[in-house]
Amino acid sequence: MIITDIENKRTAELTEGVSAGRRGLHRFAEKTMGAVFFISACVSIVAVVLICAFMFIKGCPAIGEIGLSDFLLGTSWKPRDSNPSFGIFPMIVGSLYVTAGAIIVGVPIGLLTAVFMAKFCPKRLYKWLMPPINLLAGIPSIVYGFFGMIVIVPLIRNVFGGNGRGNSILTASILLGIMILPTIVGMSQSAMKAVPESYYEGALALGATHERAVCTVIIPAAKSGILASVILAVGRAIGETMAVIMIAGNQPRLPGSVLDGVRTLTANIVIEMSYATGLHYDALIATGVVLFVFILLINLLFNVITSKKER
Amino acid sequence: MPIKFDIKKADLFYGDFQALKNINLEIKDKEITAFIGPSGCGKSTLLKSLNRMNDLVEGCRITGDFRLDGQDIYKDIEITELRKRVGMVFQKPNLFPMSIYDNIAYGPRTHGIKKKAELDEIVETSLRQASIWEECKDRLKKSALGTSGGQQQRLCIARALAVKPEVILMDEPTSALDPISTIKIEELCQQIKNDYTIIIVTHNMQQATRISDKTAFFLHGEIVEFDTTEKIFSSPSQQKTLDYITGRFG
Repeated sequence: MIITDIENKRTAELTEGVSAGRRGLHRFAEKTMGAVFFISACVSIVAVVLICAFMFIKGCPAIGEIGLSDFLLGTSWKPRDSNPSFGIFPMIVGSLYVTAGAIIVGVPIGLLTAVFMAKFCPKRLYKWLMPPINLLAGIPSIVYGFFGMIVIVPLIRNVFGGNGRGNSILTASILLGIMILPTIVGMSQSAMKAVPESYYEGALALGATHERAVCTVIIPAAKSGILASVILAVGRAIGETMAVIMIAGNQPRLPGSVLDGVRTLTANIVIEMSYATGLHYDALIATGVVLFVFILLINLLFNVITSKKER
Repeated sequence: MPIKFDIKKADLFYGDFQALKNINLEIKDKEITAFIGPSGCGKSTLLKSLNRMNDLVEGCRITGDFRLDGQDIYKDIEITELRKRVGMVFQKPNLFPMSIYDNIAYGPRTHGIKKKAELDEIVETSLRQASIWEECKDRLKKSALGTSGGQQQRLCIARALAVKPEVILMDEPTSALDPISTIKIEELCQQIKNDYTIIIVTHNMQQATRISDKTAFFLHGEIVEFDTTEKIFSSPSQQKTLDYITGRFG
């Protein structure tokens, strides 16, 4: 009796020792991996912080030198004059115009497509329709630019003719409208697909038709996701550079109509960066700061809307 | 009482699987009929074929004769009209993410009622019928999803009542609720049974005895026995029914 007791105790101690050792190893591995994950996460955060710091440190002194209101609201951009002026108001307006145009063109088409894809498209057709829409997101913007130059610019020129050479706000709006389609279609349709099936069944059980259930229950239930997709699309449109440069005309002046050429903030930077020096150079970085602030605001709005959905 | 639902020789298949086998059932007007039986026995399936919710299931095939007041529900009645006449309350409350008022008014609006005064009146009557008016009359414009689970289920019943149906199908309406909310729903069923025909699927046999007039016992897609609830639970004629209600299987 006593002997077996002692033996039991010993085996208990032994197994405890083994498992303690193994537990220590486990804990070490877990801690190490935790650190690896943490460092990986830090890389992107550090990148954001560095970019922010760089932009503001390099850009803000120029804004100070030019004067905030002269810089933001000045309508004349003559960086290489003997008496230079650095007003980016035409470019701010240009970016806002083409973005608004893209929304007007892209959002209705995108939303209707999303509704169709999510709730009306037969499964077999869906398999064939969705990949091309997603592919639209993967096409390089220079290719969009070529498409715009070769197809849309001549089209606008032929239709409206006259003084417009085809490189205009309208052209850029149409092209950007196409470019933001995959963002709107993809996000909106997944938002609609994420609406619980029980809502749909509930509506049908009350005697609603499929169309009515989709329009009055599913779309409203998905509205924050849909709004988020629009905001993301705005971000994409306002930040687009290459395609816009190729078709928007790029004149740094306030446009009088949608058929006038326009220069966006992004285009302003790319076009002049290669030869700019001194204050001109810094003013271009400051242009980037303004663009950056726009993007930050859009992201903030996006976060507010998506977090509202979770509540 | 006249016959409300008359089901004859009904078979239902999900693909190759036969979920209902030769169902014959007469459901009387203004009675509460309970469907009981183990999971997968076909009771919910039969319930859903009464307002054609099975139409949504891919590969579902139904044969036989389903008649509501003598009309074939698969041929003679428009599907939206059928669902207006045969309302449904689901297992989990499925209120829409909108205000209480808009939820209740959804059905009437669907069927073309637009006048505010009329809608107001329907909303109030439906909520009173579902005995939840007092609890939510001050928050009609607030989101319906902010209420408790039990309240949500009673709001679902109110929403179903708002289209003035003749029959209400209830698919395990209390299985996600606590005992007190369950009792409230059962009391509610008793209150409205004079005006509506109610068919309720339940796993809770006490519930069936408490509220139903008739009970149908399902097993493997067939109705083993259909009789008054009293008879089923006191002296069933089939051994299988006795085994089930005494808890020997299921």
